[in-house]
Amino acid sequence: MGKPTGFLEYKREYMPERDPLARTGDWQDLYLPLPEHKLREQGARCMDCAVPFCQTGEWIDGSLVGCPINNLIPEWNDLVYRNQWKEALDRLLRTNNFPEFTGRACPAPCEGSCVLGLNDSAVTIKTIEQAIIDKGFAEGWIVPQPPLRRSGKQVAVVGSGPAGLACADQLNKAGHRVTVYERHDRIGGLLTYGIPKTKISQDIVERRIQLMREEGIEFVTGVEIGRDVPLESLRSGFDAVILCIGATEPRDLPLKGRDLNGIHFAMEFLHKNTKSLLDSGLKDGQYLSAEGKDVVVIGGGDTATDCITTALRHRCRSLVQFDIYPQKPSARSADNPWPMWPVVYKTDSGHKEAKAVFGKDPREFAVSAVEFLGDEHGNVTGVRSVKLNARKDEKGNWIREEIPGSEQVWPAQLVLLAIGFRGPEANLLRKMGIETNEKTLIATKKGRYETNIPGVFAAGDARRGQSLIVWAIREGREAAEACDRFLRNAR
Amino acid sequence: MYDKALRESDTKVKNYRLPKKQGLYDPSFEHDACGIGFIAHMKGNKSHDIVQDALNILTRLTHRGGQGSDVHSGDGAGILTQIPHDLFAEWGGRNGMPLPQPGKYGVGMLFLPGEAMLRATYEKKLEKIVRQEGFLTLGWRTVPTNGQVLGESAKRTKPEIRQIFVAAPAHVELPDDLAFERRLYVIRKRAEREIGRHAERTGNYFYFTSMSGRTIVYKGLLLPEQLPAFYTDLSDERYKSALAMVHSRFSTNTFPSWERAHPNRYTIHNGEINTIKGNVNWMRAREAKCASEWLPDMEKIRPIIDAKGSDSSMLDNCLEFLHLSGRSLAHAIMMMIPEPWAKDPLMDEKKKAFYEYHSCLMEPWDGPAALAFSDGKQIGACLDRNGLRPARYYVTDDDRVIFSSEVGVVPLSPERILFKDRLRPGQMLLVDTGQGRIIPDEEIKASVAKEHPYQEWLKSHSVDLDHLPKAPETPERRVDAQRLVKAQLTFGYTFEEVTKVIQPLAVHGEDPVGSMGYDAPLAVLSDRPQLLYNYFKQMFAQVTNPPIDAFLEEMITSMETTIGAEGNLLKPGPENCRRIRLKTPVLSNEELERISKNRLEGLKAVTLSMLFPVTGGRKGMEKALHKLFRAADKAIEDGASILILSDRGIDKNFAPIPALLAVSGLHHHLIRNGRRTDVSLLVESGEPREVHHIALLLGYGASAVNPYLVFATLEQMCADGQLGDVSAQEAAANYIRGVSKGLLKVIAKMGISTIQSYIGAQIFEAVGIREDVVDKYFTWTASRIGGIGLDTMADEVLQRHSRGFAANEGPKTLDPGDDFQWRSDGERHLFTPQTIHSLQQACRQNDYRLYKQYSRLVDEQSETFSTLRGLLEFDPNRQAIPLEEVEPVESILRRFKSGAMSFGSISKEAHETLAIAMNRIGGKSNSGEGGEDPARYVPDENGDSRNSAIKQVASGRFGVTSQYLIHADEIQIKMAQGAKPGEGGQLPAHKVYPWIAKARGSTPGVELISPPPHHDIYSIEDLAELIYDLKNANPHARINVKLVSEAGVGTIAAGVAKARADVILISGYDGGTGAAARSSIKHAGMPWEIGLAEAHQTLVLNGLRGRVRLETDGKMMTGRDVVIAAMLGAEEFGFATLPLVAMGCVMMRVCHLDTCPVGIATQNPELRAKFVGKPEHVENFMRFVAQEVREWMAKLGIRTMDEMIGRTDLLRVRKVPEHKKASLVDLSALLHRPEQLSPDQGERHFTYPQEHGLDSTLDRQKLLPLCQSVWSGRGEERVQAILPIHNTDRAAGTLLGSEVTRRYGAQGLPEDTIQLHFHGSAGQSFGAFVPRGITLILEGDANDYVGKGLSGGKIAIYPSPKSPFIPEKNIIIGNVAFYGATSGEAYIRGVAGERFCVRNSGANVVVEGVGNHGCEYMTGGRVVILGEIGKNFAAGMSGGVAYVWNPGGPSVERLCNLKLVDLEPLEDNEEIEIVRGMMERHVRYTHSAHAKKLLLDWNNTVRQFVRVIPREYKRILQAVERFRQSGVSGEEALLAAFQERKKA
Repeated sequence: MGKPTGFLEYKREYMPERDPLARTGDWQDLYLPLPEHKLREQGARCMDCAVPFCQTGEWIDGSLVGCPINNLIPEWNDLVYRNQWKEALDRLLRTNNFPEFTGRACPAPCEGSCVLGLNDSAVTIKTIEQAIIDKGFAEGWIVPQPPLRRSGKQVAVVGSGPAGLACADQLNKAGHRVTVYERHDRIGGLLTYGIPKTKISQDIVERRIQLMREEGIEFVTGVEIGRDVPLESLRSGFDAVILCIGATEPRDLPLKGRDLNGIHFAMEFLHKNTKSLLDSGLKDGQYLSAEGKDVVVIGGGDTATDCITTALRHRCRSLVQFDIYPQKPSARSADNPWPMWPVVYKTDSGHKEAKAVFGKDPREFAVSAVEFLGDEHGNVTGVRSVKLNARKDEKGNWIREEIPGSEQVWPAQLVLLAIGFRGPEANLLRKMGIETNEKTLIATKKGRYETNIPGVFAAGDARRGQSLIVWAIREGREAAEACDRFLRNAR
Repeated sequence: MYDKALRESDTKVKNYRLPKKQGLYDPSFEHDACGIGFIAHMKGNKSHDIVQDALNILTRLTHRGGQGSDVHSGDGAGILTQIPHDLFAEWGGRNGMPLPQPGKYGVGMLFLPGEAMLRATYEKKLEKIVRQEGFLTLGWRTVPTNGQVLGESAKRTKPEIRQIFVAAPAHVELPDDLAFERRLYVIRKRAEREIGRHAERTGNYFYFTSMSGRTIVYKGLLLPEQLPAFYTDLSDERYKSALAMVHSRFSTNTFPSWERAHPNRYTIHNGEINTIKGNVNWMRAREAKCASEWLPDMEKIRPIIDAKGSDSSMLDNCLEFLHLSGRSLAHAIMMMIPEPWAKDPLMDEKKKAFYEYHSCLMEPWDGPAALAFSDGKQIGACLDRNGLRPARYYVTDDDRVIFSSEVGVVPLSPERILFKDRLRPGQMLLVDTGQGRIIPDEEIKASVAKEHPYQEWLKSHSVDLDHLPKAPETPERRVDAQRLVKAQLTFGYTFEEVTKVIQPLAVHGEDPVGSMGYDAPLAVLSDRPQLLYNYFKQMFAQVTNPPIDAFLEEMITSMETTIGAEGNLLKPGPENCRRIRLKTPVLSNEELERISKNRLEGLKAVTLSMLFPVTGGRKGMEKALHKLFRAADKAIEDGASILILSDRGIDKNFAPIPALLAVSGLHHHLIRNGRRTDVSLLVESGEPREVHHIALLLGYGASAVNPYLVFATLEQMCADGQLGDVSAQEAAANYIRGVSKGLLKVIAKMGISTIQSYIGAQIFEAVGIREDVVDKYFTWTASRIGGIGLDTMADEVLQRHSRGFAANEGPKTLDPGDDFQWRSDGERHLFTPQTIHSLQQACRQNDYRLYKQYSRLVDEQSETFSTLRGLLEFDPNRQAIPLEEVEPVESILRRFKSGAMSFGSISKEAHETLAIAMNRIGGKSNSGEGGEDPARYVPDENGDSRNSAIKQVASGRFGVTSQYLIHADEIQIKMAQGAKPGEGGQLPAHKVYPWIAKARGSTPGVELISPPPHHDIYSIEDLAELIYDLKNANPHARINVKLVSEAGVGTIAAGVAKARADVILISGYDGGTGAAARSSIKHAGMPWEIGLAEAHQTLVLNGLRGRVRLETDGKMMTGRDVVIAAMLGAEEFGFATLPLVAMGCVMMRVCHLDTCPVGIATQNPELRAKFVGKPEHVENFMRFVAQEVREWMAKLGIRTMDEMIGRTDLLRVRKVPEHKKASLVDLSALLHRPEQLSPDQGERHFTYPQEHGLDSTLDRQKLLPLCQSVWSGRGEERVQAILPIHNTDRAAGTLLGSEVTRRYGAQGLPEDTIQLHFHGSAGQSFGAFVPRGITLILEGDANDYVGKGLSGGKIAIYPSPKSPFIPEKNIIIGNVAFYGATSGEAYIRGVAGERFCVRNSGANVVVEGVGNHGCEYMTGGRVVILGEIGKNFAAGMSGGVAYVWNPGGPSVERLCNLKLVDLEPLEDNEEIEIVRGMMERHVRYTHSAHAKKLLLDWNNTVRQFVRVIPREYKRILQAVERFRQSGVSGEEALLAAFQERKKA
């Protein structure tokens, strides 16, 4: 540890944020980089714990503790403090294939479990991670490193989200020939189409894809396995196939009026927006515009916030977000002690922007939609909501009761459903002959990532259910390892 | 060696032998120590009085000997005298055996079988040998004995004792009587081999106590007073001798052994030979090369060393051999026990050359040793370089010299004593009865040193490494960058090691420090490939020998070694020193190159490969190893004298043999084939990097090591800018310096001072290596739980190798490393995010269900091979009982203790929280070694008590006052601590906050060092003394002795039990929260399971188990752990890490940095504010554990804890076929249930208290009754009395003092309320811990430890006015006076021994001269010395002031250790008045003429004083003064000065 007293001397600093009002006029990064000397100070805050909870990546008492890909956080924090950026990068890349994604779009469970967070503010782990990888690219340290020898085996990876990419990257490093199939026109899955470009701009994704291409990975877009190409033919053309097809089946809200026009799944809204933005700078009109509309976003997660970010940039007229949970406490509650993921009230970038634009936080807590209202044209005009009395029972399960007389009607011409995903698309799986489990996720053999079809593996949200990028990377890496073992045994 | 012989005789053993090796008990671990003495008439006048006086000495030393379970059998006593010719001649005349003139016949005294037939056979055989050697047997005499006086076990094992009289036939003309002695030697050696072997095998006696024409030894398993009663010869008036040497033994075992009593044939020894294994190995290796004209039949006397003997007898064997093969006794002793010569600039060049030359022939036999020796003409004594044993002597007006461990052992009126002196470290006393005088040390040594032109020999034949021609820069010596990582991976380097071990060594030259113990599995339980080094644990000194103070007493240490072939030990010549001298055994690449390329005659170096072909697999390694041995043999034949074992050149086809295996295997191969001394072994390897690695290579025979991959790594790091401004070259130099320093620490913890003695000394225990592999490649290493063989070793190498050279990937990076840090995919640790979290939540929420979740996790981890106890399981066939029938939680809690953590290492909040919690539940908390704020002795308003029930007494004696001791329920003497056994401690300046300084009696902002040894415990009898002292200081407290698990801890525990400890704690190596070098935390000591089981078994075997309670600690985590510990023998249980975790510790392991983020291990007020622990959390933890213990007990059908103790029959060894390595471990030895000596001593747990003998003390008999009136009467009463005192009156005044403190508290009584005036020789610890109000005046002299822990009282000592000598030139008190004194005053008219006022923190003392190491570690008080000071004065002195007046003597500057202190004139007026006041009081109390004279000439005297003051101390005092002047009040000024210092 470079500076044992660092945490006593320096306070946590955040990346400077661009003015929330001003930035809603563009699709640029929300944050500005911290100057290097500040980053080093922040690195010095790391206490290099002998038991670094930040890299745990395990579930403890029902809460994720630490980083699922077990990033070697104390090691690179210290190296940054010592100005050893290149070495920090080496340590970072041991566990993380794509720090440029996680450094930007990870909710950072590591920071939630940072020991310094026990009685102070956590180390800015995510910021440092992003800085290391950005510097790596900027300094030209990241160069294609194709494997020295090829195994002669061919692997197809279906899906190019973070799980598919991590899996492809690992298998390629092990010497196998990898082809990645993506049904959309661009590589990246949710990285490209699920997350607004304010968080991960497309050139960041492209840069990585280019690197992977140069290392020998082949990418095929616009081909949907199971529809355009049957799985069997893929299986016969490759030594192994890995399905990283995501959990793209959205959860619906079957209320009265659900079939009215103007009610969309969040992902449709975000996807179309990004595609139009990337294709034409939103000039082609091929997206769901929120301009001038009253927008209701239903859901309390990150996707809901992404919808807010996007709607604001469309210049919506008003914005409201329903969250069925009550407002979280400002500090950890007794049943949510460190090092658990802190369940506390936070204001995300989208909320800040909304507040800047409308002078008010858009969130309504403990509120549930009960009916969609529409006009004679079948267009949605509003949402009726009710307030909830939400509490936990002795077992910790949520109980929600509607509060009588708390009904309210919100005007809406655009309603976005951001209440999560059910799992991979069932139709597709059926066509492929892939079995699912009781959670409608792809069933795999324990620890082996192999599906019911020999030589066909699955990883990521499709197997695990919707989750974080880091989990996707971990799944991709572990599936690659399982696949590699499979290929070597088959030799 | 010895075990083997025993093993052979296992089945036929009769009852007189030591019990065979069984379970974990191994007789080879036995230690002993004692009291010694001799008396001689300088002119050689023989008399019976000499014998009588010698026997008197012996009885006066009884307290230094030991008694076993059978109080009537001692550990042994004996006497060596000249042959009592008158007695024998008279007997011979009467019995038809006329004796020739004295000197013309020899007497062999033998222990023989009781069975007549066998005895006759042996005697006949002996006579035959006598005949064959050309001598005549004159006859046999049965030695008259009185068996009635013997104790039970002595009686049972009594041999038949007979004397054989032999002479040369008339026609044989022997040139001198030494030639006669040589003949007898050959006869004895032959008989020992030819007859002794049979006796050995069949368990019968055949043992020569002596065989000489000059001397005879009467000894046996006796108490001192039994010796003359048993051997009636000794009381016979005709038994006359001009000299007599006596010895009273204290053995750590009580097993009857008649043979192990001293004297040996030439020597008696007090102390221990730490390096014995190496010495014996080397002697055996040298035997092959020994040739002497004096002993032409070398074959007949082999083996020179009888390996069955004790360390002392082996030393005796060697001395005898060297002497009889042509060297004088003095010469032989100077070779074996050299003075510290290497760093002494004052030593005469000739003498230095003598020592240097002989260092090429023999490594020092490293003490601690006080040795007395005699060949019947000369008698003498010497002290080893450390001078750790007391050795005092008187010379009388009738030409007698009386030498002993203590003064006052022969009653003499003062006017008869011409002078009194002591042996100084390294000094020799030699009385030559032929010359009729004492030959002074300098004279003997000068004459020996000029026998040969050693200087010239050295000049022409030995060469410094620095003077060898520089090696050309050879590029292929570098590992290039691309290959570096591959090599690192092949040798198992991790990122953790590079950044946390190598980097600190390279940047700071310091072995890195860690804290909070070790919680990863032993190497043999780990799933990961482990370096072979990890299968070995360092041994360390505790109790029977002291670790040494390597850094503060640097002058005695040496890292120098020489390489090359050894010559003929017996034939001194220049070729013997044809060697290269190395300053340190760690070589840079260039240095190794110099050696390998040297062209000097006789120093040819050959490099041998340590690689093996990967394709050969496991077997390939063994093959390569044997190929290496053959190559070595060949190289030696071809004239090589330096072999370099190298693993350079690893690649994808070749992997390295573990360097340790190669070196040790070759070392033993060469010993076996007699070629070992032809070569020195060097290692060039990429494998070693830690201190522990290099220590092992040296310990198993390498003379030097070149860790080339470390240097390559450093170059890479430097190129990458990872070393800051440090260049690669500096980094390498720092690394070498750091490792050398670390090595010094490793050898010092074993009590060894020179690396030369450490090489080949094998002071390690193997954990997890199969015995046959150990026997072959690591011969004579203890390995007690089985384990891996060569195949697994090879597997582990190949696994690493394949990581390095696996076919595919591009760039590789190092694994994170997971030794001291948990990593998600790393090694298993007991503390994980999961266990920490669930335990904390359980304790905070008082949720037993959560606790069970935690304990399940831990027990599961344990069972997945994290701990040895995990490999044990409970008997599944037990009938369960209802939980209610099991003893309640409350009574189990009384057996629970919290660990010793000092106030200073942890915060006030944490320390007091622990104390409150433990007091609430009826357990015990431990003060640790940092003293305690007296405010805590008063209960809080709510009834809570913050008083620690256990008060620790450690080597630093911080805050150990009479008051502190009196508030203890238990006093714990910390002999060793799990984190760093054998090491001292250090509290860096920035952690000595004012409140810490106050509790410890020191100065804020000044670093505090606690010494590695207790300076009053260098030996087992010293520990007995400290136990006695403390018992006197608080008779109501139990005395607990804390040991750390290691091989042999059982015999040590037996010794401690005999030293009358009430409780013995066996700590595991892995516990311990304290800061220590990481290599110590991990590599020193053993798990508690083994040590506890060994201690329990040995105590049961000895019949001592019922006398003591056994306690254990070391990562004790769950109820299961407690139950297993109980079954292995523990009655009480300590927890340290866990209570800290319960209070909020998250295992940061930064305790040593003062940055604990949860406010536990810190003094920083800002961080302390973050402390959230509550007593309830700790209480909950303890209750949970106790509850869980009950649940296990119910399941096992056990109702009470006592029933469970030692019940190893309830444990099983788990079968674990699924774990390849763990399945090789064999724990059956842990579960062994020993037979006791006799059925009536069958206790398996504590049953009856120790007899401390307080009732017979002078205090209880006389002083307390005398002083009764002070508190029984009206209160203002004063007491004055005059009493005689003897050396057997130990700790005089201490019990009285405890009574005063109990009644009057810290302030004591008004000055001089009690004034006791003694005359005579006071026993040890005179006036220990005496509080204010008591004044002890002694007319006469005193032994060691005067005024130990003085707590406000007053002591004055002066010689009798009738003594003819000059007081200031004569010694009056012994060693280690005023050790740990905290306040009070003392006036000593005369010279004190070594280590005067060590760790004094507040007493004001005047003395007229002191020995070496005066005022060491002093932190307060004032010392006025009106005379000589010894070497190394003021070493580690960090507070207080010394004033030295010695204008005629050597300059203070030369004698002072100037690292911490400044020397100044005495100028300050106020201070001048203080010194003058002290001197005036000195005159008043002691009538010192010397001081009176100085006072008369005061103006001159003042100018001649040298003021010795620690620099930092002065700076802080000045700062405090400055703040005071600026108006800041007292306490705040201190804090301000501290803060200022901290910032600087």
